[in-house]
Amino acid sequence: MKLTRRHTLMLAMGSAAAAMLPMASFGATEDAIAAFTGGAEIGAGGITLTAPEIAENGNTVPIEVNAPGAAAILVLAAGNPTPAVATFNFGPLAATQHASTRVRLAGTQDVIAIARMPDGSFVQAKQEVKVTIGGCGG
Amino acid sequence: MAASAIVGASGFGNWGRLAAQQALSQDQLLDFDTFGNVSLIHITDIHAQLKPVWFREPEINLGVGSNKGHVPHITGADFRRLYGIEDGSPSHYALTYDDFAALGQTYGKMGGIDRCATVINNIRAARPDALLLDGGDTWHGSYTCYQTQGQDVVNVMNLLKPDAMTFHWEFTLGSDRVRDIVNDLPFAALGQNIFDSEWDEPAEDFAPYKFFERGGVNIAVIGQAFPYMPIANPGWMFPEYSFGIRDQNMQAMVDEVRSKGAELVVCLSHNGFDVDKKMAERVTGIDVILAGHTHDALPEPVLVGDTIIIASGSNGKFISRVDLDVRDGRMMGFRHKLIPIFSDVITPDQDVAAAIEAERAPFADALTEVIGKTADDTVLFRRGNFNGSWDDLICEALIEQREADISMSPGVRWGPSIMPGQDITREDIWNVTSMTYGKAYRTEMTGEFIHTILEDVADNLFNPDPYYQQGGDMVRIGGMGYRIDITKPMGSRISAMTILKTGEAIDPAKNYMVAGWASVNEGTEGPQVWDVVEDHIREKGTVSVAPNTSVQVVGA
Repeated sequence: MKLTRRHTLMLAMGSAAAAMLPMASFGATEDAIAAFTGGAEIGAGGITLTAPEIAENGNTVPIEVNAPGAAAILVLAAGNPTPAVATFNFGPLAATQHASTRVRLAGTQDVIAIARMPDGSFVQAKQEVKVTIGGCGG
Repeated sequence: MAASAIVGASGFGNWGRLAAQQALSQDQLLDFDTFGNVSLIHITDIHAQLKPVWFREPEINLGVGSNKGHVPHITGADFRRLYGIEDGSPSHYALTYDDFAALGQTYGKMGGIDRCATVINNIRAARPDALLLDGGDTWHGSYTCYQTQGQDVVNVMNLLKPDAMTFHWEFTLGSDRVRDIVNDLPFAALGQNIFDSEWDEPAEDFAPYKFFERGGVNIAVIGQAFPYMPIANPGWMFPEYSFGIRDQNMQAMVDEVRSKGAELVVCLSHNGFDVDKKMAERVTGIDVILAGHTHDALPEPVLVGDTIIIASGSNGKFISRVDLDVRDGRMMGFRHKLIPIFSDVITPDQDVAAAIEAERAPFADALTEVIGKTADDTVLFRRGNFNGSWDDLICEALIEQREADISMSPGVRWGPSIMPGQDITREDIWNVTSMTYGKAYRTEMTGEFIHTILEDVADNLFNPDPYYQQGGDMVRIGGMGYRIDITKPMGSRISAMTILKTGEAIDPAKNYMVAGWASVNEGTEGPQVWDVVEDHIREKGTVSVAPNTSVQVVGA
């Protein structure tokens, strides 16, 4: 295996994340969720998060969120040093409550999407996205 | 419709019993009581093996999570008990690993696309409008395929007149070459999960599905290419494409074809068996999944809800015939047979045999040159989760020819076997090594990085969620032993990494010289691995490979 700079960087980031992030980032993610929900209970259903199970390129991972009727959707990469990805706000005239973007993931981690509904309730969808070295498929 | 309402039968026991009486004949192998109104013929993972081969099935094929202890993760005597296969029978030889060399003497090589043609023609004689579906990994894996960039296989397969195909290793020919071939292909090139990587939209060169009207039934065949192409193989060779499982899009495609009047929905898949099982749980409305990639051969379909999953082996060893009774827009029943291609029993189709010889003729001298031979105690094989004797030999060649401490060989599942005391030709070496990124690298890695690689690959194999598995086997290691606990999470499966020569533990901080091949990184430098292996076998003359005890498996 000839190590490219990108792969070396990716691995270095990955191992750093594994070594130090579980605490730091968990806190940052919790804080971001609390700031968005105000500590309200979060339900499930009514929100769809589409993300690859294994990222083809951890530097640009396509994700999609869809929460019909939502007022806002918060997207977090729970394992990144800075978990916040985006908050999509939908006005009353928005035809759909759907957004897609690309995120950079420091390593294997959960991507979390939380929608605030007009009645002030919250729903969440979560998916693990694996960032891997790869290279041995049969 | 409840699953129990599907009336199913498999003709497997039939040839198993007949075979045990030493009464193998072509008529018996092909015997099938035509059923219903639709026939599907499935062949997959040929890996460019146009000629009959020896191919030993795996001894170790561990399942994890909910798949532990379920097919295809059952091998050897347990597999034979499960399906009522008698010891010493041809089905023992064809479907399980043990007594391989002895039974091979009796039953001979398997496969050969000319024999497959005979079987396909026979099915078409009974059901002229049977659908022939190729699950992919077709244009990769031999000397002639490499030299012709897949053209030899394309020419031969076209004579079989497939109706549709999906893809995996084909993309390692490079996207320009794949498009060249696909544009001239006289059948459908399918993949609902082949997307344009820039726009994340369905790629225009590959349709998601195709409709066929057969036996008065409106059939939709949806393609599912290998989901992890740019991860398991070099993405830089096909940068325009993105893959993934995309089961939400699969559901959308199933709904779309149903709304367009499909009475039968067939998924031609290169997901791998466990991924197909999970997909069948999550996507509703697929009647039949024709499974590929993981090279499993199963004598009976596996039912998941209302979906039947068919596994048809690899390397031309088997063809599956699935007859279906479709009435009132529903699959009411099936009859299935995994047809073993015993090359000494099934008469080759003369036209296809001649075409294969014509493709090989320009390379005859190079193909047949004898490089060495196996000792009387050695079968060279690859299949198995942790090591195969072919890989042990390749790893030994990398260490000795490239002066390395440790060697790595990819855990691919293709590559035919060599019997004891058999000549090893250049073709044989290429059958287990040929690829478009076969350069043998030599580089220093820290002990910690080697551990990271092993953990990463182990998670691709032993993650309890099949959607996170890539379907290969564990990377093969030369010069180093280790312990693996397959029940642990990623990062804590691998321990006790030890240099075999000295018995010393691997130091995470120390650098080791590592030789390997099949790097997915662009710009890898070194000699082609087949040249390294050829030099090594030529030096040895006769190769003997001792049983490999360097990997200690826990939690199986």
